[in-house]
Amino acid sequence: MHVVYPAIVSALLFSIGVYGVLARRNTILVLMSVELMLNAVNLNLVVFDVWLRDRLHGGQVLTLFVIVIAAAEIGLGLAIVLALYRNRQTVDLDHLRALAEPSPPGVTATSDATPGTDPAIPGTALAHATSGDETAPSAAGPERTSGRREDS
Amino acid sequence: MTEAVPSYLSPTGQEIIFLLLGAVAVGSGLLVVTTRQLVHAALWLVVCFGALAGCYLVLTAEFVAWVQVLIYVGAVVVLLLFGIMLTRAPIGRSADLDSGNKIVAAVVAVATAAVLVTVVIDGFRTAYTPLDPGAGAAKELGSAIFRNWVLPFEALSVLLLAALIGAIVISRTDIRGRD
Repeated sequence: MHVVYPAIVSALLFSIGVYGVLARRNTILVLMSVELMLNAVNLNLVVFDVWLRDRLHGGQVLTLFVIVIAAAEIGLGLAIVLALYRNRQTVDLDHLRALAEPSPPGVTATSDATPGTDPAIPGTALAHATSGDETAPSAAGPERTSGRREDS
Repeated sequence: MTEAVPSYLSPTGQEIIFLLLGAVAVGSGLLVVTTRQLVHAALWLVVCFGALAGCYLVLTAEFVAWVQVLIYVGAVVVLLLFGIMLTRAPIGRSADLDSGNKIVAAVVAVATAAVLVTVVIDGFRTAYTPLDPGAGAAKELGSAIFRNWVLPFEALSVLLLAALIGAIVISRTDIRGRD
């Protein structure tokens, strides 16, 4: 077996994973692409273990470890995605650009009614500065989920 | 190890089977990242992982192949399907699975593939290994793990426990952080 063939297959799989991570919008699809990249690495490890005839079987043992770590990673990642879905009602990466908790509607109404009352406090200035970014996704959020509920 | 490389023009049966399985893996991987239906992406992932398990079998890594089938096909994909269900993803065709930077992502991916394939061909053109069965059997791998790799193995079990507890704590709603 030429070592080039598995190495090329693994390089192509890794590039496909890179494309998926960069181009996909749904968080679960991004997780799938990460799995593809991990599998490409696994294929490389196995073929180099077979090629170099490692007496400690480092490549294949490391492949097993990577598989276990990938399982742990996918469990934790899905738990985080589900927590995210509970809080924001969306898993689209493009809509997840706020770093703070979305403030309840009463608070935003009062802070919008009196903008710049206390510019010395950095928190209010920051909230005012990011409110322009935050209105678009938070306005799109309930509309999207209502559309989804109607679909299902 | 690198002497007397056989010609690329007369592939052995193992190489033909490996290349067919690799083509299946790469093709289904492409479908995973380009399909318009979320559930189909998970099902194509099953095909991709199964073909990779076949690749491991051809490379005489039997134990890794069965672990791949058990954990990836059996557990990870099922977990992903549960995630798709619990986030109420649309079942049918949905138009907004790709973000706006699709073209940039394609350019980056093609550049990555070009660089990696060029380097790999340049570096391993003369590398050849005959495939002797038995080196990746459960007995060999088990003795390797429990003789030389015991400490990483135990650390990994602690890691799995931590990930389990972390997933439970994150996904339960009645456990609150310290206010």
